[in-house]
Amino acid sequence: MTLSSSSRAARTWQEEAGRVARGIRRRVLEHILRNNGGYMSQACSSAETLAALYTRIMNLGPSQAPMVPLPFPGVPGPGNTGYFTGAAYNGAKRSDLDRFFLSPAHYALVLYAALIETGRMAEAGLAQFNQDGASVEMIGAEHSPGMEVMTGSLGQGLSQALGVALARQRRGDTGRTWVYMSDGEFHEGQTWEAFALMHHYQMDKVGIYVDVNGQCCDGKMESVLELGDLKARLEAFGARVFAVDGHDLDALAAPAALEPDGRPLVVLALTDPARGVEPLRKNAPKLHYLRFKNEDERQLYASILSELG
Amino acid sequence: MELLQKVHARNIVEWAKDKPEVVVYSADLTSSCEADLFRDRYPDRFFSMGLTEQNMLSMAGGMAREGYTPYIHTFAVFIYRRALDQIAMSVAYPNLPVRMIGFLPGILTPGGASHQAIEDVAVMRSLPNMTVLETGDATDVETILDAAQAVDGPVYIRMLRGEIPRLFDKAEPFVLNRARVLSRGTDIALITSGICTEEAMRVTHLLKEKGVSIQHLHVSTLKPFTDPQVLEAVSGVRYGVITMENHTVIGGLGSAVAEVMAENGVGRKLVRMGLKDTFAHGASRQYLMREHGLDALALVGEVEKLLGRSFGIEEGDLLAVRLTAVHSEAKAEAL
Repeated sequence: MTLSSSSRAARTWQEEAGRVARGIRRRVLEHILRNNGGYMSQACSSAETLAALYTRIMNLGPSQAPMVPLPFPGVPGPGNTGYFTGAAYNGAKRSDLDRFFLSPAHYALVLYAALIETGRMAEAGLAQFNQDGASVEMIGAEHSPGMEVMTGSLGQGLSQALGVALARQRRGDTGRTWVYMSDGEFHEGQTWEAFALMHHYQMDKVGIYVDVNGQCCDGKMESVLELGDLKARLEAFGARVFAVDGHDLDALAAPAALEPDGRPLVVLALTDPARGVEPLRKNAPKLHYLRFKNEDERQLYASILSELG
Repeated sequence: MELLQKVHARNIVEWAKDKPEVVVYSADLTSSCEADLFRDRYPDRFFSMGLTEQNMLSMAGGMAREGYTPYIHTFAVFIYRRALDQIAMSVAYPNLPVRMIGFLPGILTPGGASHQAIEDVAVMRSLPNMTVLETGDATDVETILDAAQAVDGPVYIRMLRGEIPRLFDKAEPFVLNRARVLSRGTDIALITSGICTEEAMRVTHLLKEKGVSIQHLHVSTLKPFTDPQVLEAVSGVRYGVITMENHTVIGGLGSAVAEVMAENGVGRKLVRMGLKDTFAHGASRQYLMREHGLDALALVGEVEKLLGRSFGIEEGDLLAVRLTAVHSEAKAEAL
């Protein structure tokens, strides 16, 4: 756990994580007000989880990356010697340290806000969001801050992280491998392939936090493709599953403190897709992307900024 | 002609003995893809992935990022058809050293359309960062891993299994992006890949006796496709160019040769032998090669058409040709 200088006065990790979570919502809303659109609901649902991961759950070293992100380094290839991924924002790769993989890459804006709130990226980094030639992409790519692999195509993040985790297991690393997923990714067959693999190889150093916000791009998940009892399904696949209030920091962090027992850990963070940004509720069930219909609506959202601290 | 058994199975065991970074992933086709000897010899470097091809390709990308070189072993169709998005995003975009060893290329299986990889070269060639290779004999199989391992990026290999011939001298290894020149001539340029090369060699032996002069190249690097010997071959002949591949005529060897000819303004007739934009079905290799015009007799017919002559060659004549491992003409010249 690393704390930014602004947070040293905080007395408990919960207070610090709470500050980070509020900061995530505020920065994402500010950004959306400036750009007249963005992924608001994802910040509402995931703010506490990402805050808890970065301030309490994950054992990351300090960022190794420039505070202001470098421009897009060009696509990887044999001739591109200056290529980099955004992994350095999550600290050094070391056998005793944890690794983090964000699978739903459209949560990138939330991740960038979390990096700023935890002192890993400068505010100026967010100004590069979705700008031509920048590495701070709208759908995070592996060169984007905090990202390490290509996960924009949903369902591939977990498997790629498992490849890393399998290598670490073979080397005997003590560090854990954390993956953040969205519940929509449990529509993908590849996700279930990955769970079968984790069971077979007893990959208990893999921990997965899932944003169970019940939302898909088309609307409520139950209308798009119902998942059924996700906890029971995952348990049947051999996972150690906890379903918790996704806005309760203690509940989110508790499962990560347990000794691994041979099973991969899954924390289903049951979340509210409009948490902290009440005007969003009237857009339900279309919450995937927020775009203001008129100036009045923009003003309504601007008026709650102060409430977000 | 020397015929060998389980060439890849034995070769990869010996080859990997001093390469701890090499690991094998298998999708429940371990013996069928000749990874069984590796599994038995290096159990800690062998990973059974079950039938999880999409997960397997993404995991290979992840493990490759950690310094390992995963060698994927399964049937070719289950690599590029089943997991194309995973190959593109988890492997090809990041330019990772994953080696995809695809078995049963083209019509080399009686398993039918579901098992026949007939458009894999076209699909894989179109992916940025991808290198595409194909084996044609035991020497190719025994020496292709060194070339693949040296590539900075992902490699897809059409691999042969079971009983395979030795067509090329054991002392002349596979060289990346360098065709084997099997005969020199000025009438026709004949460019073949994979199992079609053996068929073509039967024909060139007979036609040489009939006075036909053929420049015959065996191509085993399908991408990159910048070997200057190809341009030299198609430029230096009078009657035309024939390509022959165990693959659809769209996007494979024939298309690659057509691109070279067009971009260099080579105005020759080009005949692309291969599957004519059709799926195949479950039947024997010999039956399917005859049905789809991929065998030696079909090649004789195409040569006759280009030259406007008939040679009266019959099937028995072709089968009677005794093939021995040849030295590459190019190598001999270089010496």
